[in-house]
Parts: sequence; C-alpha cells; structure tokens
Amino acid sequence: MISFFLWIGMALGLLVLVCLYRAVQGPTVMDRIVSVSVIGTKTTVILLLIGFIYGRADMFIDISMGYAILNFIGTLAISKFFYSRRSIIPGSKHFKQGEASK
Amino acid sequence: MTILEIISIVFILGGVFFFFTSTVGLIRMPDYYCRMQATGKGDTLGAFLCLTGLAIYNLDSGLSLTTILVSIKIMFIGIFIFIANPTATYAITKAGFDCGVKPWTKKKEVQQ
Repeated sequence: MISFFLWIGMALGLLVLVCLYRAVQGPTVMDRIVSVSVIGTKTTVILLLIGFIYGRADMFIDISMGYAILNFIGTLAISKFFYSRRSIIPGSKHFKQGEASK
Repeated sequence: MTILEIISIVFILGGVFFFFTSTVGLIRMPDYYCRMQATGKGDTLGAFLCLTGLAIYNLDSGLSLTTILVSIKIMFIGIFIFIANPTATYAITKAGFDCGVKPWTKKKEVQQ
C-alpha cells in the first residue's frame, strides 16, 4: 500500500509540473492565478500522501489543512485586488500614476 | 488486501483521473473562462475523492479514537475544499469579467 501511495504521489507531481507550464506561459495574469490555485489543491492531497507514507498522518493533516485555507485566502485576496483595480493590463490608464511611483 | 483497502484504492484512482482531466482542460482549453470551467469542477471532485479514499484507508488500521478523529479531520478538509474551491472559482471569474477579459468565440478565431 505504501508503494501505491508513492506511485500516486509521483503521478500528482507530474500533473503539478504540467500545470506549471500554464503558470509560466499563461497569456494573461488570470491564467497564472488559476494555475497556481490548481497546484495548491494538488499539493493538499500530496501532503496527506506524504503523511501516510511516513506513518505520521496525524501530524501532516494540520499542515495540509493550513495549506488548503491559505490557498483559498490567497485566491480571494488576488481576486479582490483585481476586482477593485478594474484592469489586468500592467500600467494601464486605470492604474493611478501616483501610486505606481511610490 | 482487505476490503477497505480496495475501496480506498478505487476512490483514489478516481480522484487521480479527475485531476488528470482538469489538468488536460487547463492546458488544452482556448480561453481563460474555459480553463476555469475545466479546473473548477474537476479539481474539486478529484480532491474530494482522493481525501475520501485516504480517510477510508485510515480506518483500516483499527477503530480507535485516534483513527476516527484523523478520518474526521481528513473529511473536514474535503468538505472545506468542496465549499471553498467553487467560491474561489466564482470570485476569480467575476474579477476577470469585470476587468474586461473578452470571452473566446470561434468567429473571432477565424477572423484572426
């Protein structure tokens, strides 16, 4: 069963690497945010698998829970920032010039 | 191999399948909104199935207070992801729509 968890963890790690392509190569900023959110969800499962492989599941659950909550809060914070900024293009006219220089 | 292990293996393999489909959607879809549609559903269900399988496997080592508490905590993470992931998807899609990201259409692709 431990080797099964190892294989599943390796498969999820490969999927994270594939998602990283979209995070690096994404055409817009929003694609990168989506990709990072997906990677965070996969990392939550991978952390639990590591806990079962080491036999310390009761300790790794708290790390996994913290990672899930931080992923959710981070995505909400970034979406709130773009919601109030009204533009995803850097240096656009919606962006105040005075704040950029500070 | 006990019956609980077989059930948990089936759940985890189903979860990895949904993770795979969401990753394929993230890479292959043409537009930001289409990618949100693929990842928002596939990722949520994949994580929930994987965590359910792990909680069932944790009960296999004997029913005691510790294993039941650990399984309840794993299912709490699963339910949290089941609520939080669609909420984050909605928030980020609304932010992108209000920022003026144009949805992809086939006609536009032909003109370019």
